[in-house]
Amino acid sequence: SPKKRVTVMLNTVHTQCCLSSLLHQPEQYCYPSIFIYGHRATGKSHVILTLLKELELPHAAVSCVECVSAGLLFEQTLLALFGADSAALLPRLPSLSDFVRVYRQVCAQQPAKQTRYIVLERAELLRDMEANLLPGLLRLQELVDDNVAVILLSEIVWDKFRPNTGCFEPLLLHFPDYTKGKILSLDSNPSYTPELYSSYINILLGVFYSVCRDLRELRHLAALNFSKFCEPLEKGEAKEGNTHKLWRNIEPHLKRAMQTVYLREVSSVQWGQQQMDEKEATALRGLSALAHVELPYYSKFLLIAAYLASYNPARTDRRFFVKHHGKMKKTSFLKKHEKTSNHLLGPKPFPLDRLLAIFYSVVDSRVAPTASVFSQISSLVTLQLLTQVGHDDQLDTPKYKCAVSLDFILAISRCVCVCETKYLFLTFGLWLLT
Amino acid sequence: MNTSSVSKGCFVFKPSSKKRKRTVGIDEYFVDGNDDCGNGRERFNICQKLWEKIKMDTEILQDELNEKILESLLDFIKKCTLSFQSRTDDWASRMRASEIPTAALVLGVNVPDHDMTFQSLSDLLKNSVTPFSVSVQAKECTALKNLMQRVLERLMGVGVSVEEDEEDSGIHLPQKRVSCSISVLCQWYKTVTKKHAMKSPDKTCSENGFLQSPPIVVIFKDFEAFNPRVLQDFILICNRYIHELPLIFVFGIATSPSTVQHILPHSVSSLLCIELFQSLSCTQHLATVIDKLILTSQFPFKLTGKVLQVLVSIFLYHDFSVRNFVKGLQLALLEHFHSQPLSVLCCKKQEARHNAQKLSHKDVEMVRQLPSFMRYVETQEPQEQVQLLTSDDHVKEVCQMLLKGLRKYHKNYYPILRCLHSLTASLPKYPLGKQIRELHISCLEKNVWETNEYESAMQLLRLLAKDELVAALRKCADILKPGKTKKMKSALQQLEDYIIRFEQLDGMSIETLSGEEITSPGKDLQKKTDLFQLQKTLLEMKGSRRTKKMSPFEILRNETLDFIDGLVRSHLTPPELQPLNEVCYYSSSGVLRRHLNATPRTSIQTALSHPFYFLQNENLKTDAGTVSSAAPDICIVYKLHLECGRLINLYDWLEAYATVVSAAEGKDPDAEDYGKVDELKHARFIQSVSELEFLGFVKSTKQKTDHVARLTWGGC
Repeated sequence: SPKKRVTVMLNTVHTQCCLSSLLHQPEQYCYPSIFIYGHRATGKSHVILTLLKELELPHAAVSCVECVSAGLLFEQTLLALFGADSAALLPRLPSLSDFVRVYRQVCAQQPAKQTRYIVLERAELLRDMEANLLPGLLRLQELVDDNVAVILLSEIVWDKFRPNTGCFEPLLLHFPDYTKGKILSLDSNPSYTPELYSSYINILLGVFYSVCRDLRELRHLAALNFSKFCEPLEKGEAKEGNTHKLWRNIEPHLKRAMQTVYLREVSSVQWGQQQMDEKEATALRGLSALAHVELPYYSKFLLIAAYLASYNPARTDRRFFVKHHGKMKKTSFLKKHEKTSNHLLGPKPFPLDRLLAIFYSVVDSRVAPTASVFSQISSLVTLQLLTQVGHDDQLDTPKYKCAVSLDFILAISRCVCVCETKYLFLTFGLWLLT
Repeated sequence: MNTSSVSKGCFVFKPSSKKRKRTVGIDEYFVDGNDDCGNGRERFNICQKLWEKIKMDTEILQDELNEKILESLLDFIKKCTLSFQSRTDDWASRMRASEIPTAALVLGVNVPDHDMTFQSLSDLLKNSVTPFSVSVQAKECTALKNLMQRVLERLMGVGVSVEEDEEDSGIHLPQKRVSCSISVLCQWYKTVTKKHAMKSPDKTCSENGFLQSPPIVVIFKDFEAFNPRVLQDFILICNRYIHELPLIFVFGIATSPSTVQHILPHSVSSLLCIELFQSLSCTQHLATVIDKLILTSQFPFKLTGKVLQVLVSIFLYHDFSVRNFVKGLQLALLEHFHSQPLSVLCCKKQEARHNAQKLSHKDVEMVRQLPSFMRYVETQEPQEQVQLLTSDDHVKEVCQMLLKGLRKYHKNYYPILRCLHSLTASLPKYPLGKQIRELHISCLEKNVWETNEYESAMQLLRLLAKDELVAALRKCADILKPGKTKKMKSALQQLEDYIIRFEQLDGMSIETLSGEEITSPGKDLQKKTDLFQLQKTLLEMKGSRRTKKMSPFEILRNETLDFIDGLVRSHLTPPELQPLNEVCYYSSSGVLRRHLNATPRTSIQTALSHPFYFLQNENLKTDAGTVSSAAPDICIVYKLHLECGRLINLYDWLEAYATVVSAAEGKDPDAEDYGKVDELKHARFIQSVSELEFLGFVKSTKQKTDHVARLTWGGC
């Protein structure tokens, strides 16, 4: 039965007690707001929604992701609690006070016999909406003078929510992560014995538990690979008790799954097909296998110039890019703080002028400052290979950052530079700053 | 105008539609441009016709090229649809996370070309899979609500209210406005599919051939440009409804597929079931377009080497966009027909003959002025020369003949070009270029057989082994087969003869080899024990090897290559040597470059430093590097600012300006008020400085009061 499932899902006795005491006396007023937090897939929404459904309590479940505006949130809440007519009473662009007014109006017609619950999933997004929304919802009971409780669900702790103006403190409830043992007892497969299945899950957890605690994801992986696990049994090559053989069969397979299907390099459908085709050798091309990007000739140089500008200190440009630069003392060449690797610090912003100056000195031929060279810079920005920094003074001196990795640049400069010395020069420029 | 109003006021009168100015037809521009010759309209028609043909051909080509990838994409979508419908409630599907099927379509960085691909994709979808497909662009979806609004609007065909909308947008959309959320879409989808199901009792298929519950395909045209937050939220929302709505995403990716992982965190990308589709690279695409549009005798219009070079280099250096390449071709076409009156002859055989008959006296004069025609006249007999220079009718006759010759030249040129390319394309280091366009350009510009590259290519060909050579020759024969001219037919005949002779060598080779074995020097070598003797024999052997008699294969190989060399020399002459080539060849690469690869900054600088260039006023003509004092104020101010450093003192600048302007007014240099600043000059100066600021040469600075900062570097 679902209720039993809920108790299975619930992790600790403590949360169980709390919840049941909260939900089991619907005739009485409930605590105005409850804040439930816990990591992804720890059963927050599932437990709450199943309980509310089972106990047949009036409730409205709204996901805050869907509510692009507060109005949508109000509309959906009223719709679920009082029906379509009430939602129509809301004016255009409703504010919190409109919502409270309409709520009171319809509530007077349908007074609460039981506590009404408003469940808000992904409540962390409420923080980005109007400033009065979250504090208002927390004491909604008081505002509308009705037996209503707001349940906020989030993956973030309450401390990150508290507005600096202060607010009503909700009742906090934590859903802890599932322990390994708990996960083992959660599921079973109808066609195999529980012992076999739990030994399979045990192997699966041995591979994946260190990288992933998300129950949903683990279940997904378990379902994807179970047929492979059962293969020796179906073929009659092994018996259920022969765990070692089963382990030897599945373990490398799971390791490969971690590198491919878990990272969504390969889609689950393709993964399933590969298992059926039995072609182990033909590895599927993952998403990141095709990292090479074909770019027009000048775009490549612009990108190289941007990389150099982002990671070289501006003082050293003269030394690198001017042919007859004055001598610089070796000791004073790099200041002490610059000796820490620039790659650890990340790219630095540079103005357009500097980018173009380096570009003209890096590129072999004379390049006219045509409109297409400039438009290439902006298309590099839309391709997210460069990023534009800051918003003031966009017309005169826009600033950029280079957003690609060293490997990417090395690959580009290798295919752009016909002569070896030029490549060496570029890589030297890159090497100096590592 | 009369009004019924009793009060005074301003009244607006919209012009009545009847009195609208006559719109100028496009063909008028052709006539106005060169009013001295009357064939403008004909040229325009020829040009239009040609362009229509080129456009159609490129579209067909595009469809052919995209066929494969689009087909596999469609298969994917169909497969996903079926899996939506056959969703069972077994153990595995309950356990598995519900993922949104997603196609990552990698299309390359040539973003302007993608529109066509997406257009044909959505057409295909509409025709065969689902009526519900929407494509969205990043620029119209800056926030989540915009994205939702676009998707809903385009699917449901009604106005969807976003709460912050202005009132007036409602006026255009009188339909019922609905709030913008996916749950609305869900309800709509249910009613629509129910209607479909009611109409067609047959459960599997509705009357349009769509499946019973067609999927909703959302195409994100430019994935990289989307705001990551918007995308993430949208995917999260959609995933909540995946059990009710059969959603499928298509991501149009310009760079590499790994951007999906950069933009979406694992928690979001784990909601997607991403499959990868990769399109043809744009360089291959360009090669096909050039092959079909340029390297063919089908179109009378041709480009010279320089023009083609400009178009190709814009492609390779700047944008990788095939669409822009074709646009460039269109511009060249228009320019040619607009600027060259004789282009009236640049058309199909019958039409050209007809037009040649109709040439006016002026046109014939123009023909006589053509450099290629003058060269032709010089080679003729004296009597013929007189005829050509005096009789218009004779020139018309000769024109027809020459045009025929030009057509023949093209018919021979392209097959031989392809042959030469297929022979040399597999040589090490590609002496004549990897792509056929490179070979084409060098053939257009000079006698290709005089170049060093050609020589080295021939030397390499003379070293080819038999099977390689025969295979290459077979390819050549295949290329020559469709040729219809006599010369091509005879060339093909000869080539086939050579191939047969190579095959016959197989039988002979054993005998010849055995004959050679007798004179094998290895045996003599063993007899010599003396070191000096050995050295002597080795030297002899070296000498003898050089003059060694060639094997029959080598003789035949040389003969064949000489034959090919002969073909090249007779057919791959540059078109400039052909009389009347100006009729077909567009040669002004400078115009094309100025239009397609504009340099706005250089033009502004030219305008400022050489006002004569644009204003064409004799007074402004000066020596290089100086500006006449009569030049516009902004030019003088610009010139003066070039002499300053990074920071410019405004007062000094004003003084200098006043001095220059006083000189222009012709005042006596010794007078008291010479170079004095009056109000008028002050105002003019301020205006020109603000103009310079507007153009981006200077800007105000906080470093020093009454100074401005220069934004350009370099002196005068």
